[in-house]
Amino acid sequence: MNKVYADAHMALAGLLRDGMTIMSGGFGLCGIPELLITAIRESGVNGLTVISNNAGIDGAGLGVLLESRQIRKMISSYVGENKLFADLYLKGELELEFNPQGTLAERIRAGGAGIPAFFTKTGVGTLVAEGKETRDFDGETYVMESGLVADLAIVHAWNADREGNLVYRKTARNFNPVMATAGRVTVAEVEHLVEPGEIDPDHIHTPGVFVQRIVHSRYFEKRIEQRTVRKRGN
Amino acid sequence: MAWSRDDMARRAAMELQDGFYVNLGIGIPTLVSNFIPSGITVQLQSENGMLGMGPFPFEGEEDPDLINAGKQTVTELPTTSYFDSAQSFGMIRGGHIDLSILGAMQVAQNGDLANWMIPGRMVKGMGGAMDLVAGVKRVVVLMEHTARSEPKLLRECTLPLTGKGVVDMVITDLGVFAIGPEGMALTELAPGVSLDEIRQQTEASFTVRLRPV
Repeated sequence: MNKVYADAHMALAGLLRDGMTIMSGGFGLCGIPELLITAIRESGVNGLTVISNNAGIDGAGLGVLLESRQIRKMISSYVGENKLFADLYLKGELELEFNPQGTLAERIRAGGAGIPAFFTKTGVGTLVAEGKETRDFDGETYVMESGLVADLAIVHAWNADREGNLVYRKTARNFNPVMATAGRVTVAEVEHLVEPGEIDPDHIHTPGVFVQRIVHSRYFEKRIEQRTVRKRGN
Repeated sequence: MAWSRDDMARRAAMELQDGFYVNLGIGIPTLVSNFIPSGITVQLQSENGMLGMGPFPFEGEEDPDLINAGKQTVTELPTTSYFDSAQSFGMIRGGHIDLSILGAMQVAQNGDLANWMIPGRMVKGMGGAMDLVAGVKRVVVLMEHTARSEPKLLRECTLPLTGKGVVDMVITDLGVFAIGPEGMALTELAPGVSLDEIRQQTEASFTVRLRPV
């Protein structure tokens, strides 16, 4: 079965509908599936719930779907880099659910692993625990959080084979591996595409069972949010 | 003469111990990495999925795939490992990280911490802060003593909490406070800062247990 599609539009063909839930990998602009986000923008699909750690910046990443008002609700941990996000939220044009970053990652991991809920001590006694069940274990209080799944997960990988086995690079890994497991359909945007057997099976981060469609992205310039350097010689 | 930001970071670095795994927050806490005492080795954890974080890259060697939790370009070390976000927070929540040094908007005398939200005004999110204070073995807050002359060390936090009773130590430009089951205690004064001065700028009630410096 062929999992490889010619471009981002074809890789998403038949998968998009108004009101759906989409998980989008990445941390800041690092390891985001940029071509797939662009294709979603061009599709015009609307009323999306997007699960992603951040919301991109103005003009890049998920920021482009905020500009086009295609997102109805975000589930995120930190959106401080995006001015439009704050404006839309404070005007009541965007729904927002903040999750602690580790709770968000674990909800996605649990969703992908068939675990409907779990208990964590993160957020106990704060706004995020309000209205949620709590339980004591060994004298400590924990709050129940639910697993998360999505209609579609879009992820970015560095290397892939045609079977959908994925390898990520450095901190561009972040949320991508857990999201790949939690999409009813997962589409991977990959920088390099090789034949099965060319990646050492011991080095595969995401096994191909989690990936239904692959698009080999043409070269594009990855953006850096905060370029910090040191001087040579000291 | 109160402590500068570098002085505060240098004081916080004295909390590091050989072999520690440490998470540094954004802002003044990031400066702590410049003052790691010689003779000890610590591994810095970055919650976006990296352990063993190196310094900023040389100009021209920035890698967009290699950033810290503040989205700044960094470098790797021989000890570096990478992992996904779920494992990163497994490390944090599971109590495998020894020390978290982070900033704050408010700290209460019982160790409550608020550093993520100002209702109706600031919409940024908590990022990893709630997980860090819930899971890391020891939490040190590094912050200015006041904000626009208003005390930040309070009887009770007025902003939404990041965690309840989670702060073990507070280092400000004026001094150092320890927080434990018996409440908050002033343990060090910055050079030239008087007890009266620090009392005037602190709403929280605290005992005085000054250590000889």
